[in-house]
Amino acid sequence: MTGGGKGRRWNLRRSRRWLPGLLLVSPSIVAIGLFVYGLIFWNTRVALSGKHDEVSPYGFDKGKNFVDLWHQPSWPGAVKHALLFTAVFVLGALLLGAFLAFLMDKGIRGEASFRVVYLFPMAVSFIASGVVWRWLMNPAPPQRAVGFNQLFDKLHLSGLANDWWQDPSWGMAAMALPAIWQMSGYVMALYLAGFRSVPEELREAARVDGASEWKVYRYVVFPQLRPVTLSALIILGHISLKVFDLIMAIAGKQIITYVPAIATYVEIFDRHDPANGATIATYLLLAVAVLVIPYLVWSVRTERNR
Amino acid sequence: MLGRVPRRRWTAFAAVAMTGALALSACGGNDSKGNNDKSQVEVFSWWTGPGEADGLAAMKADFEKKNPGTKFVNAAIAGGSGTQAQAVLASRLQNRKPPDSFQGHAGAELLDYIKAGQIEPLDSFYDENNLKSVYPQQLIQQISYKGHIYSVPVNIHRSNMLWYNPGILKDAGISDAPKSIPEFIADLKAVKEKTKKVPLSLGAQWTADHLLENVLLGDLGTDAYNALWKPGADWSSPAMTKALGDYAEILKYTTTEAASTDWQGAAKAVVDGKAAFNIMGDWAYGYFVGSAPNGLGKKLDTDFKYAPTPGTDGTYLWLSDSFTLPKGAPHRAGALAWLKEVSGREGQDLFNPKKGSVPARKDADKSLYSTGYLKYAFEQWNNPATKLAGSFWHGVNASKKQHTDIDTAVGLFLQSKDVAKLQSQLVAAAKNSGQ
Repeated sequence: MTGGGKGRRWNLRRSRRWLPGLLLVSPSIVAIGLFVYGLIFWNTRVALSGKHDEVSPYGFDKGKNFVDLWHQPSWPGAVKHALLFTAVFVLGALLLGAFLAFLMDKGIRGEASFRVVYLFPMAVSFIASGVVWRWLMNPAPPQRAVGFNQLFDKLHLSGLANDWWQDPSWGMAAMALPAIWQMSGYVMALYLAGFRSVPEELREAARVDGASEWKVYRYVVFPQLRPVTLSALIILGHISLKVFDLIMAIAGKQIITYVPAIATYVEIFDRHDPANGATIATYLLLAVAVLVIPYLVWSVRTERNR
Repeated sequence: MLGRVPRRRWTAFAAVAMTGALALSACGGNDSKGNNDKSQVEVFSWWTGPGEADGLAAMKADFEKKNPGTKFVNAAIAGGSGTQAQAVLASRLQNRKPPDSFQGHAGAELLDYIKAGQIEPLDSFYDENNLKSVYPQQLIQQISYKGHIYSVPVNIHRSNMLWYNPGILKDAGISDAPKSIPEFIADLKAVKEKTKKVPLSLGAQWTADHLLENVLLGDLGTDAYNALWKPGADWSSPAMTKALGDYAEILKYTTTEAASTDWQGAAKAVVDGKAAFNIMGDWAYGYFVGSAPNGLGKKLDTDFKYAPTPGTDGTYLWLSDSFTLPKGAPHRAGALAWLKEVSGREGQDLFNPKKGSVPARKDADKSLYSTGYLKYAFEQWNNPATKLAGSFWHGVNASKKQHTDIDTAVGLFLQSKDVAKLQSQLVAAAKNSGQ
């Protein structure tokens, strides 16, 4: 639209504005393109192929693996475990995190040190904390009990002793406990920042109108925290769908706590079946995408509206 | 200020190191089959634990003495039974950057490497060194694939070992180790009723696989067990149904917290007087009698005793660590020298007493295996009347697919206790084994 030599110089001057920036980020664009999207492409290609051992070719087989996977005896259990784990972990961490933030917000003495205490577990790796939780959640009967069951026994509360993660139907709910412990501090930090960003005037106004403290939170503060809740939900959700290290540390590769990420590992490295492993990885990617993409769309839109 | 190096010189070092690395990788690029490079040998294993690492070091010393021009590079990766190591190995083989020789369980565990053309047959090596006559005939048969041999066994472990606590057995009124599966089940019942101890200690899921192979061998007998691993084998027979029924019955007497412990925890329960029986390979012996921190310092006959697992006396349910020759090994001649070391009498006699296993060769020095369990194992292995059966869980006769599928079936069975389902999944696993 700009005409003549003048426009050309204009373009040059404009390019001076965006070019250095582009050059600066281009290595990371190339790297992400290659190592993230390139590998996603490669993974999908393997998933759609009949490469069920090292020697077969990468022939296209029309997504047969995606159907066949559901006939594998261990797969439905893995999906069930992942869903149960996700439900308990996400809800538990959200509720506990919100509750802790609420207590902090009410002005607790020594808030700073409590904040550190609750946030600290996040600094520990799942692999390390998992080893400790493996001992804590040992389901041995009283005469050999260790961990929680021994504690309950000593407190004469042996009714509370249970099978923890070795319970055939609800075991994965117990498996979520360490994850809740680890991530609730992080959720607390998110909520606390959210609470603090709600102007004091709004609360004052509600109190003047005769709202109880509970109602102030229920109708004034929490509705403003929807973005916080949503981002916490996304972050926790994708962590829990991909959970691998925690379960590896506590239970190892056992069917009783089989989840999709472990199944990927087993298919590729134990069964030597790259196509099946890639198929599971693709399902995992899709499951996380279902969570993340709507969130990205929503956040881009809200940012544009600002 | 001792040893302080100016920064400039560091940069120079780094530059030299980089150039060296580049030059090395350039050398690595032009390997060809049948090269005669003997300057070094990179040996890949998972021997990092107590005993086994010492054994490897002893073999290394002997190797370097016999091959002065060859540098031994130890590429061992930690992790029990090699799960981590095998993941690393798989990627190295895929990238065509094989080590000069790698450890693998002898037998079908190597099948995938064979089919992918990643390791060379060693028939001529066996002929040149006259190895076919020094290894037991049955062993040679059981590790051959389509008439070719692909690995060199160093040691032999035994899977079918029953460890028991004599004190608890006495309390339960049991005079001797059970000789058959029905006797075993009766004993388990007696322990449960008369003592408050765990009848049979069990660990994580894989120890249930280990138990399964022992129950199958005990119930079906050696020949029927060996036939299970031939192409087109019948896993749906009534004899199999009965064996799996016994397996289900035996599992009723196991530890509740099994999934939380590995084999060490389960084996320890016997010598600590918490459990009457445990079924585990003979590596448990080294763990029992070894001194702290790696062993428990217990005494044979007072703290524990051993016997072959019920119904398997006279059969060696064996497994073996062996070494291979990868195709395109960068120092092929070095690798062959290493294989000569591990197949040799001296190498095996240096390694095995430390590892707590017996040499795979028949002509080893008996005086080195003259105490405790090793004496018994040595006699059993070298007794011509002993029958051999391969341990499926430890890689001898099940391909990786069948191995994992059986593990999955067992894991599901531990939840459902459904024998019919277990059997149908085992049938499917055999069908899909790809052998």
